[in-house]
Amino acid sequence: MRILGLVLREIRFRRLSFALGVLSVAVAVGCLAAELAHLGRYGAARQAQIDAKIDATEAAMRRLEDDYRVITKRMGFNVQIFPRGQSLAELHAAGHGTVFMPEERAETLARSRAVSVQHILPVLQQKTAWPERERTVILIGTRAEIPRGEGAAKQPVLDPVPAGAAVLGWCLHRDFGIARGDRIAFRGREFTVAACHEERGTADDISLWVNLAEAQEMLGLPGKISAILALSCQCEGAAIEGIRAEIAAILPDTQVIEYAFQAEARREARTRAARARSDAVGGEESFAEESRRTWEEFAAALVPVVAAACFVWIGVLALLNVRERRSEIGILRALGLHARDILAIFLARAGLVGAAGALLGYAGGIAALRAASPDGVPFFSAGIFAAAMLGAPALAMVVSWLPALMAARQDPAAVLREE
Amino acid sequence: MLAAIEVVKRYAGPAGQVTALAGASLTIEAGELVIVRGPSGSGKTTLLLACGGLLAPDAGRVLVDGQDLYRMTPNERAAFRARTIGVIFQQYHLVPYLTVRENIMAAALAVPDARAGDRARELAARFGLGDREGHVPAALSTGERQRAALARAFLNRPRILLADEPTGNLDAGNAETVLSALGEFARGGGAVLLVTHDPRAAPYGARTVAMEAGSIGTPA
Ligand SMILES: Nc1ncnc2c1ncn2[C@@H]1O[C@H](COP(=O)(O)OP(=O)(O)OP(=O)(O)O)[C@@H](O)[C@H]1O
Ligand SMILES: [Mg+2]
Repeated sequence: MRILGLVLREIRFRRLSFALGVLSVAVAVGCLAAELAHLGRYGAARQAQIDAKIDATEAAMRRLEDDYRVITKRMGFNVQIFPRGQSLAELHAAGHGTVFMPEERAETLARSRAVSVQHILPVLQQKTAWPERERTVILIGTRAEIPRGEGAAKQPVLDPVPAGAAVLGWCLHRDFGIARGDRIAFRGREFTVAACHEERGTADDISLWVNLAEAQEMLGLPGKISAILALSCQCEGAAIEGIRAEIAAILPDTQVIEYAFQAEARREARTRAARARSDAVGGEESFAEESRRTWEEFAAALVPVVAAACFVWIGVLALLNVRERRSEIGILRALGLHARDILAIFLARAGLVGAAGALLGYAGGIAALRAASPDGVPFFSAGIFAAAMLGAPALAMVVSWLPALMAARQDPAAVLREE
Repeated sequence: MLAAIEVVKRYAGPAGQVTALAGASLTIEAGELVIVRGPSGSGKTTLLLACGGLLAPDAGRVLVDGQDLYRMTPNERAAFRARTIGVIFQQYHLVPYLTVRENIMAAALAVPDARAGDRARELAARFGLGDREGHVPAALSTGERQRAALARAFLNRPRILLADEPTGNLDAGNAETVLSALGEFARGGGAVLLVTHDPRAAPYGARTVAMEAGSIGTPA
């Protein structure tokens, strides 16, 4: 019979005490293992949910951004074509073109195969006096849209002004109390008011539209126009550069300007869509980050508490076992056993209780979790298992070590007396 | 062979100090069986424990073959005790989870010996425990426990035996067996310190000393 024999005999003799010790360690380890496994799985599930939400938001916002792009593209590129010699400085200072080109330019463009231009409207625009009313107005001569080749069945985007008719901007009809159907005199000619525009907040409010031919006559610019409006270029992938290039090839002595407000609206719409997407995804991500941090703090606080409770419990059990067996230490010491043999006896038992308890507890904890979880996903973690198998016996041994050593160091008679 | 010189032992209790040994001196030569008698509480057990190297005295020395037991380290003393001294405690102090045979053999834990098992069986038979070998102490009568403790003290063939009331619970026949075993051990060259009030022990003793209030008196 050697030391291990002694340990095994004691365990067999005090089966219940050993079983209780193992059970207690098992409960402690089981709770800890189950808690850790549950925390880990729950955390992973939450992360997956958060990731899915971020993906969904990203996708939704990307769709929105795409929609914006399509919508703004459908707005078309409305451009004005001016003679090359038109100085932009003068154009903006005067509020209209100051250099003219032949009306045929519009015909040339309409006859061309240019695909990016759909509605072609020649205009003659000039700031001029309305002597009858002592006003300065912008006279705009327009004609019917020039039909384009075979695919010309498009809806006209502007109603032409027939000969003898005039359309008035808001300031003009408001200030002079003119209404639709009234007859007015303009530079010695009689016109019937065909329409009165609502307030637009632009130079349109002081504009007066007449038929192009009449405007040319009144301004002494026969066959001349100041600009061609090219509207609604809905071509796929159309960009202002492409339109410019195409028009430059057909009408080399012109320049193309996009209506500024429209270009800006388009740019702004797209920028906002992109910003909304990045804000939404960013918000989702920072929420995810925030909630992940909260979660980690919670787990980090919970694990040590449960672990500490388990450790204290295992330690108390090991300590009680040694206290209970002090007289045995006295006997064995009286029989001449070395202090280290005494320690070996107690540490071996503590180690066995710890290892058996950890094994049982880990298996039990995982089995319980698996039984309780609907999907039967495995909870086993080699790391936690190894930690339990090493930690529980080590802890029980460490806690047993000091009281056993102290009892072994005393005079055997002093320990025996306590019985 | 065994010499206790001016041994003083005081116990510190909640009610103050108790002087259990007040400079007790006792010498036992090889081949000698010395009986120590005295009233209860006179310090007999304390003296025996001090002589066995189990309880460090506050003053005085305990020499075995000229070696001072209490100048050894605790582990040296334990090893020395295992080889040299057999102790029979008044309370037996058997290991509760070991059978009689295992309890006897437990003495060999510190002095491994292949023949310990055979000798344990012999000793069990010799002290009338042949049919009790497989029982744990809880299943034994008080007298049987006493004899098991005696057998354990003999296992390592010590040169000194210290026995504290070994016949206290024994009938005439068993007391005879135990006393003659101690006497035989002394005749074989061992030294025996026998604490007892048992008048049946007198014929086996070379000498009887009286203890009184922690001191050894003149031979009674
Ligand atoms: N651990 C202790 N603490 C305090 N006092 C003690 C202790 N052990 C013994 N004593 C006291 O020391 C004295 C001697 O005790 P001891 O056990 O040596 O007496 P004894 O002669 O063996 O008595 P008995 O015949 O009853 O066995 C007693 O008065 C006892 O009360
Ligand atoms: Mg006594």
